[in-house]
Amino acid sequence: MRPVAVIGIGKTAFGAFPDRDLRSLAVEAGQKCLADAHVNPSQIEAFYLGNFAGPSFVGQNHLAPYIAGAMGINGVPCTRFEAACASSGSAFFHAVSAVGAGLYDLVLVDGVEKMTSQTTPKVTEILAGAGDTAGEVRAGATFPALFAMIARRHMFQYGTTREQMAAVAVKNHANGAKNPQAHMRKVITMEQALAGKPIAEPLTVYDCSLISDGAAAVLIAPLERASEFTGKPAKILGIAQTSDQVALDQKEDITVLRAVAAAAQKAYKMAGVKPEDIQFAEVHDCFTIAEILATEDLGFVKKGEGGPYALSGSTCLQGDRPINTSGGLKAKGHPVGATGTGQICDVVMQLRGDAGERQIPRHSLGLAENLGGSGATAVVTILGAA
Amino acid sequence: MSAAPVPPVSPPLASPGPGVVYTETVVFAAPEQFVAEAPYQLAIISLDSGHRLTGRIHGNRVAIGDRVAFLEFRNGIPFFQAASK
Repeated sequence: MRPVAVIGIGKTAFGAFPDRDLRSLAVEAGQKCLADAHVNPSQIEAFYLGNFAGPSFVGQNHLAPYIAGAMGINGVPCTRFEAACASSGSAFFHAVSAVGAGLYDLVLVDGVEKMTSQTTPKVTEILAGAGDTAGEVRAGATFPALFAMIARRHMFQYGTTREQMAAVAVKNHANGAKNPQAHMRKVITMEQALAGKPIAEPLTVYDCSLISDGAAAVLIAPLERASEFTGKPAKILGIAQTSDQVALDQKEDITVLRAVAAAAQKAYKMAGVKPEDIQFAEVHDCFTIAEILATEDLGFVKKGEGGPYALSGSTCLQGDRPINTSGGLKAKGHPVGATGTGQICDVVMQLRGDAGERQIPRHSLGLAENLGGSGATAVVTILGAA
Repeated sequence: MSAAPVPPVSPPLASPGPGVVYTETVVFAAPEQFVAEAPYQLAIISLDSGHRLTGRIHGNRVAIGDRVAFLEFRNGIPFFQAASK
């Protein structure tokens, strides 16, 4: 595969935007991304879209050409990818594969979700469609419930505590408060996090990510052409997508995100780096326990040590390996179809040194981990300053 | 052409039989169709048959490691309850 680089990024703010529709969000992110790389829509050779549930949330199908056409991208392959919360991570993986294989040079990857026009119980029901609707979901499982059951088992097997999970929320809120594009820019205390309203025991509202609207886009090109478009390309050093059973009750050990561990191994091998080389990461903290699992399954710490690691300070902005400097899904927001490309944008901002108040000092090698469902899809990407 | 392998599905048995609680939660924020039933306890049961099954708990709360007995299907949902000691 020939080397591929990210040459442009563009994001909307994440939040609740009653006056914005799905298409206008996706178009805004895409246009910002093209402007970032000084590329015209007519130069785009393919459009890859990540979107989880536009048909359910807003009643619109055929989304890829619908959005591309509004951006002035016509006459090229426009395709939507759906992989639950890893939809745009999956779109990105397939776009990188196509450019790497020499099929295209300039590919725009967009991700979007418009969620806040539905009530919370309806959103909960639509999101549950990413689980096994013939089994766990039929029995009354929600996504918070599935991750609550993972948390309970992790607490049982490894002694993980609610304080350790709450530490993830406190950190990510602190980071989100420094991110002008975050949904929730509010610092919270450990006491607040522990006293939150119960959602699915042991998870409280502070353990859960947000229901958000938003879009994020990434423009990729062969590395050899990157300098035509940007002085700060980000090289895609390693990338992998893997899968696992959709139903939580079909996974042998639910304290392991097996797809994440497998994708990470492949991505590390491709990049020729080890977990300890990674300086910072954006991980998929749809729930606080998911960040703890990610730090274990990405190999930053051993299985079972993610809880103490979360409380150690190592993952804070000032720590030795900052995690979710953007505020993560917890505070930045989680418009599910935009989350994968959003993470890539956030890693690239750090690599470029453009992360403002949340810029970290060591920022030449970063990782993004995007998870779908309770772990049935995982995409891991390792990016380096070129 | 050979048949595709059968995916590992939860057994649609008349009676799943007894088992042990593998993990559990109490759901407060329910999806639209179950709002009236919340809060309710949901659990993954490691059945004595070797399968795992997601079901609901009737009556007293159970914890990881507790033995449970199958009670009945309600609208296709398997309900279990704490096994009498």
